[in-house]
Amino acid sequence: MINQLHKRWWKVLGAVLMLYTFTAGMMIQVPARFVLHETIRNLFFHVPVWFTMILLLLVSLVQSVRFLRTGKMVHDIMAAETAAVAVLFGCLGFLTGMLWGSFTWGDTFSWLFADTKILGAFIGLMIYAAYFILRGSINDEEKRARVAAVYSIFAYMLLIVFIFVIPRLTDSLHPGNGGNPAFSTYDLDNSMRTVFYPAVFAYFLTGLWIASLRVRVRILHYRKHHINVL
Amino acid sequence: MRELRSEWRNKYAMSGILLYLLSIIFLITFTFEETDDRTWMVLYWIAILFTSVNAVAKSFLQESEGRQYYFYTLASPQHIILAKMAYNAVVMVVMSGLALLFYIATQGYPVEDDASFLLAMLLGALAFASTFSMISAVASRAANNGTLTAILSFPILLPVMRILIRVSLLALTGQNLAMNAQDLLYLAALNIFIVVLALILFPYLWRD
Repeated sequence: MINQLHKRWWKVLGAVLMLYTFTAGMMIQVPARFVLHETIRNLFFHVPVWFTMILLLLVSLVQSVRFLRTGKMVHDIMAAETAAVAVLFGCLGFLTGMLWGSFTWGDTFSWLFADTKILGAFIGLMIYAAYFILRGSINDEEKRARVAAVYSIFAYMLLIVFIFVIPRLTDSLHPGNGGNPAFSTYDLDNSMRTVFYPAVFAYFLTGLWIASLRVRVRILHYRKHHINVL
Repeated sequence: MRELRSEWRNKYAMSGILLYLLSIIFLITFTFEETDDRTWMVLYWIAILFTSVNAVAKSFLQESEGRQYYFYTLASPQHIILAKMAYNAVVMVVMSGLALLFYIATQGYPVEDDASFLLAMLLGALAFASTFSMISAVASRAANNGTLTAILSFPILLPVMRILIRVSLLALTGQNLAMNAQDLLYLAALNIFIVVLALILFPYLWRD
């Protein structure tokens, strides 16, 4: 993966898809639904942001595992930076969700803990906040990398269980849970699908791009001190 | 299981926790005087959560470097984490049992469906014991680790608490065991999952 960081093709792809998401997402005809109306377009912005958070955390998990197996600092740098960008996307997910909720559910804040999915996402953000606090409280870099990797693997595995299993056991206002229909049944008609799937890629590639820039800055920082992290 | 016996010698810590538990329950008693059923249950779980932070979360913190090094030469990491978890599980089960007794003595006992509630209590105690054992091993590697254990483990335990409280609240209204079977099975599976994860990950922490 490290040798792909400098390549240009996926960044161009991400930028093009992002432009497409925003133009097509605003322009295309959407099915008129009761209550939702035009806010249904939030599907192109709110949902991909969450997917990106989970995917970036997955990248972070893979890098943590690779760090534990190889002991190369570059994997720790990548794990930390992708987690940081994932937290940013999580915050964006909350903001877009709040904005949407203020129009459809009629309230910006009060539902925050009413819904299991939202609680799961909130717990995810808390876990990664704790992850950065843990990183901050260990001075030795090698040790910090190892302990943080162990914690993030442990926490991510449990988080995945909580996000993907618990909502299916309880009621949720989100699609696919507690008897609510998932996207595929009737929410997502085919024209929306042509924007939604590219949008997921667009956000994910953009997130990776931000993370890769941060990783490269960190690597340069190490290189300045003549430390080889690769 | 040498570990178990060496922990047992540390009885002061245990009586300290007992005192802590007692003061929480007295606090509940004289501030609430009378609790409705829902409050009874939620307060019980909060008392258990905070007791277990104090009882179990310290398990790796209170050991000196020399002692850890001694264990390191003595046993494999898997044995050590398993022994810790087993010991902490016993502590937690005893503690939640005692808490329940004190609690019944001062506040009464509103639960209709004993089987669900007691199973939830057992599974909850095991989940707290295993999670806190693992997280305290993580936190013991860092500076100012006392607060760190709570910070690191509460987000992980929140969903567990959510299921536990849901099962217990249903138990209050006298549902039968079958109603709660899915949640209880899920908790049991989660317990196994946590133990397996800890067995895989702990050796990387221990390698200092």
